[in-house]
Amino acid sequence: MSDEGNKATRRTFLLMVIYGLWSLMGLALALPAAIYLLWPPRPRKEREWVEAGSLVQLQPKTPEELVFRRNRVDGWKISSEKATAWVVKTSDTEVIAFGPQCPHLGCAYHWDPQNQEFLCPCHASTFSIDGRVTAGPAPRPLDRYEVKLEGDKLMLGPVHKSEGPPT
Amino acid sequence: MKALKQTLIDWVEYRTGLESAVKNFLYEEIPASSGWHQVFGSVAVFLFLVQAFTGLLLTFNYAPTPGEAYNSLKYIVTELTGGRLMRGLHHWGASMMIVVVVLHMTQVFLFGAYKKPREATWMLGVMLLLLTLAYGLTGYLLPWDNRAYWGTVVTTQIASQAPLLGPYLTRLLGSEGNIGVVTFARFFALHVLLLPPITAFLIVLHIYLVRKHGVAPLPGDAGITKKFFPEQVFKDTVAIFIAFVILFVLAVAVKVPLERLADPTDTSYIPRPDWYFLFLFQTLKLFRGSAEVVGSILLPTLAVVALLLAPFLDRGTAKRLAQRTVAVGIVGLAAIGWTGLTVTAIVTTPKTSTMAEGEQTIIQDWQELSPEALAGIGYFREEQCSTCHNLTEGGSKVGPALASTAIRRTPAWMIEHFKSPSQLVPGSSMPPIHLSDAQLAALSAFLLKLTPKNSKALESAPPYAVEGAMTYQANQCGTCYTVNGEGMKVGPSLNGLFKRRTKEWVEKQIRNPKSHSPDTIMPSYDLSPREIDQLVSYLFSLPHTKSISIAGIEMQRYLQGQD
Repeated sequence: MSDEGNKATRRTFLLMVIYGLWSLMGLALALPAAIYLLWPPRPRKEREWVEAGSLVQLQPKTPEELVFRRNRVDGWKISSEKATAWVVKTSDTEVIAFGPQCPHLGCAYHWDPQNQEFLCPCHASTFSIDGRVTAGPAPRPLDRYEVKLEGDKLMLGPVHKSEGPPT
Repeated sequence: MKALKQTLIDWVEYRTGLESAVKNFLYEEIPASSGWHQVFGSVAVFLFLVQAFTGLLLTFNYAPTPGEAYNSLKYIVTELTGGRLMRGLHHWGASMMIVVVVLHMTQVFLFGAYKKPREATWMLGVMLLLLTLAYGLTGYLLPWDNRAYWGTVVTTQIASQAPLLGPYLTRLLGSEGNIGVVTFARFFALHVLLLPPITAFLIVLHIYLVRKHGVAPLPGDAGITKKFFPEQVFKDTVAIFIAFVILFVLAVAVKVPLERLADPTDTSYIPRPDWYFLFLFQTLKLFRGSAEVVGSILLPTLAVVALLLAPFLDRGTAKRLAQRTVAVGIVGLAAIGWTGLTVTAIVTTPKTSTMAEGEQTIIQDWQELSPEALAGIGYFREEQCSTCHNLTEGGSKVGPALASTAIRRTPAWMIEHFKSPSQLVPGSSMPPIHLSDAQLAALSAFLLKLTPKNSKALESAPPYAVEGAMTYQANQCGTCYTVNGEGMKVGPSLNGLFKRRTKEWVEKQIRNPKSHSPDTIMPSYDLSPREIDQLVSYLFSLPHTKSISIAGIEMQRYLQGQD
C-alpha cells in the first residue's frame, strides 16, 4: 500500500476509536442517569391499611365523609397527613369508599342529599350513589379505595383509579 | 443526504461561525514532540465534567439541611435505581480528580513546562489544585454522617487557628458555636454554588493560556508541528477512557460508606479526613502545643506559596528531563514524604470504624440495660424530668434525687405514682405524666435500675442508642427477641448480632423479613430511615458477652437461620 493510503487508513482508525470511545462513555453516563431520574423508587412497603372509622356510625345508603390520618411516603420522608373518603354502606357486610377527588380535574365533590347524588362544584359533574357518572364532563366513575372490614372497623387501603365507561 | 448535511453546516457556520471555531480548536498546531505525557490535563477536565454531572443528579434528590441530608442520601443509595452508582461516581471521581490533577502538575513540573512565558498558566493551575481540594473539604460534610460531622469539626478547628484570620474564618464558616445548620448551609453553598463557576472560569482561562502560548515543546524540539486532531485527541481519548473505566469499576465495586447519622454527643468517634488529606493530618501531629499552628497553617501556606512561585524560583533555560536533577529530586522527596506521612497516618489509626460498635472492650453501663430501661431514659429526657429531679444528691431542685429514692419502690407503685403523683405522695406538686402504660413501665424500669454509682454513666447514654431502644420498645420487638437476657426467645438473642450480620442485612430484615426467608413469621416494620438507622445502630452496639442460659444458646443455634 502506498504511504498516502497508509496514512488514510490510520486516520480512519483514529477517528473510529475517538468516536467509539466517546459514544461508549456517553452511553455509560446517560443511561444510568436516565434510569436514576425516571425509574420509580423502590416501594418501601407493599400495602398499608388504615382504620378510617367504625361501621356503627354509618347509615345504610347514606354517604358519609370520613376523615382519617394516614402515612404518606414522600421521597425520603414519611409524613402523616389527613385524608378523606366518601363512604357508603351498601349492606351490613359491604362498604364502598370513594376517593375524595372528582375524576375530571381533581376538585373535591360532595354528597347532595336533596338530589341524592354526588355533585362536583367545579364543572357540575354528578355521580350516582354507586359512583357512576350521571351528568357532566367526568370521564370515568369515581375512584375507589380498597376496603377491608375487620369486625366493626373499616380499613382502607390505597385508592385505585376507576376504569371503564362513565356510566 | 450529504449535500443536505453540508447545507445545514454552512447555514449554521454563516450565522454563528461554529464550524470554523471547532476546526480552529481541533486543528491547532502542536509540537510534534507532544504525546502521551500530555494527556493528564484533558483527563482532569473530563473528570471535572463528570463531577458536575453526577453532582447535579445527586442534588435532584438531596435535601441540603442536616439530618434531612442524611435521610435523602440514604434514599438515593437505597431506594433509587442507579443512586448508588451516582454517589459512587461522585465520591470516587473526587479522589481520581485529585490523583489526575497531581499527575498533571508533576508532569508539567518535571518537564519544566512552567517556564517563561507560561508562568501565569502554572499559577492558574495551582489555584485549580487548591479549588479541587476545597471541593473535597466542603463535600465531606454533605452526607451528614458521623464521619462527615467529626471530620468537619477538625477542619473548622484548624481554620480557627489561622493567625489573625482565625476568628473571621470561623465566623465565615458558621462554626462559632458548633457545627450545625449554618456551617452546613455555607459548605453546601460553597460546594455547589460558588466553587463550580469559579472552577469553570479558571479552566477556560487556563486552556486559553495554553492555546495562547502553544503546548510546551520538549527541549531540543526542532520546531516541527502536527495537528492536535486526530493524533493527540486520540491519545487524550484513550487516556480519558482508561480513567473512566477505573472510575466506573470503583463506583460499582467499592461501596462508599454511609455511617451513622451525625451524632455530636458520640465521644468515642475518631475522625479521619479523606485519604488525600491524611498527610496534612499526620503533619499536624508532629507539632505540639503552641507549635501546632506551624503544622496546620504555616507549612501548608509555605508549600502553596512555593508552588505558586516555582516558575520564578527556577529561571534557567529549558533542559531535558534527564538533566533536571533538582526537579526530579524535589518530586522524589515530595513523593516519599507524602507516602511516609500517609502510611503512618493509616497505620496509627485505631480500628474503630471497622470494629463493630459492640466489640468495645469496656462495656458501658447503658449497654447492659434492658431495651425497656434504656427506652426509659428516652422518656425521662422527653418528659424533661430533669427540670425538677436530679439523679444523684446535690443541687437544689424541687423533686427528690432519684437514684437514692427510687430503689425502694416497686414498678407498680412507680407507675401509679406517675399517673397521679399526689395520690401516692400526698402534697406532691409533681404533674401527672401522660404516657402509655408501656412507656411508664419503661420509665420505671430505668429509674429502678438507678444507683448513685451508675447514674452518671446512664444519663450519658448516647441518643442514637436511647432512641433505638425506644423504637425497639414501641414496636414490641421484645415479644420475640432477647436483648441482655430480657425478652422472649422466639427469635435468637440480638446480643452479638454485629458478628453475624451486616447492618444492611438487618435493615432489610426489619423492612421486609420475607425477602430473607419466605416463611418467617416476623412481620415487616415500616419505620422511618432515622428510626431504622438508630434501631440498627443500637442493636449493633449491644455487647455480645452477656451470659445466656444453655437452653437459650441451644435455641439460638436452632434458630440461627431465621433471625
